[in-house]
Amino acid sequence: MRVGILYSRVRAEEKLLFEEFTQRGAEFDLLDDRKLIFDITGGEELTARYEEYDVIVERCIHHGRALVSLRILNDRGIPTVNSVQVADVCGDKLQTTSALTAAGIPSPRTLVAFTTDGALEAMEELGYPVVMKPSVGSWGRLLSKLNDREAAETVLEHKEVLGTYHHSIFYIQEYIEKPGRDIRAFTIGSETVCAIYRDSAHWITNTARGGQASVCPVTPELNDLCVRAARAVGGGCVAIDVLEDPDRGFLVNEVNYTMEFRNSVQPTGVNIPGRIADFALQVGRDGWEAANR
Amino acid sequence: MTVRTITAIAECPECFGEVALRDVMENEIVQCSECGVDLEVLGLDPVALELAPEEDEDWGE
Repeated sequence: MRVGILYSRVRAEEKLLFEEFTQRGAEFDLLDDRKLIFDITGGEELTARYEEYDVIVERCIHHGRALVSLRILNDRGIPTVNSVQVADVCGDKLQTTSALTAAGIPSPRTLVAFTTDGALEAMEELGYPVVMKPSVGSWGRLLSKLNDREAAETVLEHKEVLGTYHHSIFYIQEYIEKPGRDIRAFTIGSETVCAIYRDSAHWITNTARGGQASVCPVTPELNDLCVRAARAVGGGCVAIDVLEDPDRGFLVNEVNYTMEFRNSVQPTGVNIPGRIADFALQVGRDGWEAANR
Repeated sequence: MTVRTITAIAECPECFGEVALRDVMENEIVQCSECGVDLEVLGLDPVALELAPEEDEDWGE
């Protein structure tokens, strides 16, 4: 089995994956996205260049690079983990929420608007506080909890003046009074292999922002919800952020397609990179559909 | 491929402090324990460290 690993920088996650592929006897090559040139008009040569790989594992840190690379590879029949469909849906919160809610997955109430007036009207409709997020972004970057109309007007003005066009598509979500924590669940294929609680006194609980990880039991309810959420975005290896609403129970908030797991292996005792490697090798051997069954 | 790693002491290009590298490979990100910046290992022989790229808007999971 020959594996390509598309990456931007070697972090703890990538090193752990390299070890797991090595332990499984898989040959792998590292494909640095900074050095890649895809001759997309080059016909068969481009396909032949990547056909030597049974599967390519995407570990780019840039969503844009990941999405373009996966599109080019999948269009030429090169199997990847994850697929371009998963990257496309999960890399954009608006698309994620749309896919989840269309599939009946409970999620925080979310409104989308295209103008600052529309955004203000949407916020009034939800009632303050509200959360506004850029549709593309991660690690809790540029999330705004807006407690009143004055704060909302200020942030909207900043976005209008300083933001790119992406910032004029307003993704506005109800604020969930979660119990000082949220859940990060790791779903691989048809199974939620483990989950952690992320505790934080701050309303943003990302471990990249200092949230503390501890093991969260994967109950049948949590497993079922996360597997359905993963299927709604196209399957694969995904990290799913789940909020606990005091009245409505679990709400799926976000789904991440290039999962970070360095802080989750120790508290859960689950070899997450090993599970990802197994899944990728199965995709290479049996195809995407079979691996997700 | 076989991943080549090295263990060495290198100089931080930001603060000129000592950075202890243990089993690092090319393109690995390490942190300077003295000034805290993220560094990328650009070469192993000789050891070359550079400031890691700044976080971009579409970076993440």
